[in-house]
Amino acid sequence: MTEETKHIEEKRTSESKLSKEDSILYLENVKKSFGSKTILKDINLAVKKKETISVLGKSGTGKSVILKCIIGLIKPDFGEIYAFNEEMTTMNRSQLEGIRRRFGFLFQGGALYDSMTVRQNLKFPLERQPNQISESEMEEKAENVLREVSLLDEIDKMPSELSGGMQKRIALARTLILNPEIILYDEPTTGLDPATSKEISELIVKMQEKFDVTSIVVTHDMPCAKIVSTRIKILKDGIFYKEGTFDELEKSDDDFVKGFFEFY
Amino acid sequence: MNKTSTKKSFLEEVLPDSLQNAFYKAWALVLFAARFFFELVKPPYEYKEFLKQCFEIGYKSIGLTSITGFIIGLTLTLQSIPTLSDFGAESLVPSMVALAIILEIGPVITSLIFAGKVGSSIGAELGSMKVTEQIDAMEISGTNPYNYLVVSRVAATTIMLPLLVIYADTIALIGGYIAVNTVGGGMSFQVFIQSSLTGIDFSDIIPSTIKTFFFGFAVGVIGCYEGYNADRGTESVGVAANTSVVLSSLAIIILDMINVQITSILL
Repeated sequence: MTEETKHIEEKRTSESKLSKEDSILYLENVKKSFGSKTILKDINLAVKKKETISVLGKSGTGKSVILKCIIGLIKPDFGEIYAFNEEMTTMNRSQLEGIRRRFGFLFQGGALYDSMTVRQNLKFPLERQPNQISESEMEEKAENVLREVSLLDEIDKMPSELSGGMQKRIALARTLILNPEIILYDEPTTGLDPATSKEISELIVKMQEKFDVTSIVVTHDMPCAKIVSTRIKILKDGIFYKEGTFDELEKSDDDFVKGFFEFY
Repeated sequence: MNKTSTKKSFLEEVLPDSLQNAFYKAWALVLFAARFFFELVKPPYEYKEFLKQCFEIGYKSIGLTSITGFIIGLTLTLQSIPTLSDFGAESLVPSMVALAIILEIGPVITSLIFAGKVGSSIGAELGSMKVTEQIDAMEISGTNPYNYLVVSRVAATTIMLPLLVIYADTIALIGGYIAVNTVGGGMSFQVFIQSSLTGIDFSDIIPSTIKTFFFGFAVGVIGCYEGYNADRGTESVGVAANTSVVLSSLAIIILDMINVQITSILL
């Protein structure tokens, strides 16, 4: 058994301590390649309810690919993904649409619809739910989530009129409007100044506490990871290389892990 | 789960990579177009987005269509008058101009202008949405982005282009009338229209109108396909816009040629 496969086996064993049934989200042996390049070699992950896991890793190592595999935007080449004890990888489109309603996804750039106002952006997912609510209820929901992110005054502005931090907050509000049980954050603080990054990180924690959501945060912003995470997993060469709390990993002797904490 | 075969097929071995890619792209485009008909009949029906696109694509193209239509009619008439005068056939100017405009010049030129304006705009808009992950965001929020973005736009281009062509033909005839009265001997509008219509049969108008539905469909599908499949990066938005115009224009010319062949066989 090579050193790498031994490492993978160890990780798999530690992850299997949390069974599928105990986990709200469970990834088993997930592999993904693009052409000849293997991005994810063997990803195993078990997430408990109300937990916030941060995934750290260098750029281009497949952190965002993990999130996109979970939500079904990218189909893994191998492996199984369970959410709410249902296997997602074998679902058809309508089943996937159903389970996606229980997820929220905050994109790196916010992904606000730039041809719509903030109000229209927030109402868009509501208008397309199977259980339709009235126009006034939609308005009320949109105003409520905007109040949560302290941007009610910007309701009739276009996304292009807002700063990067404001766009992220609005995107978070749009994610929250459907009351998701799991939120996936793809680099929520990228491109923001340290003060705004801290504000966004604190907002994420506030929302998690208020709405009891489970989260996976992909980031390489260490202050953000410290503020939001209950557990951190470090991705290296397509596998989760190390795992622990922020404080545990900060004390690690491993050179690769130290690299993340060196300039923090 | 998936087994990836490394064995190459005969065609993959024989054809150069560029040609293979062209075939793959053509096949992907055919599948993308076929999906339109499947999604068109499947609820939910995004009629609000469809009406918005009709306004954006149709109404906002009226200005450009008016100018090009008028100039086409005017210049065609101005150039025809001296030639026909040499043969003493000045009276045939209205019917010749009307025939040329309604059968060929009106539909093709208007469609090419439409491909330039609308095809590029659809390609760039969807390409930008793809690059900034707005299409992914739509998918995650429980919306079928193909239904919302592609079906509404393709349906709008398919319906609006024939209407724009009919409008452009009318404006071109007005341009022709003005040219006749400026350079030629002068003619009342009633006489001009009457002599224009004498050379045109109902069987001339139908195929030339039907083909514009196909032109509109091609412009919409190609623009949406290019935008929907834009790669990452802002450069791909420009490429999507540019390729949409080039391929749409080419498709219009090819479809026009096919239409002429079919019409000559049937009529």
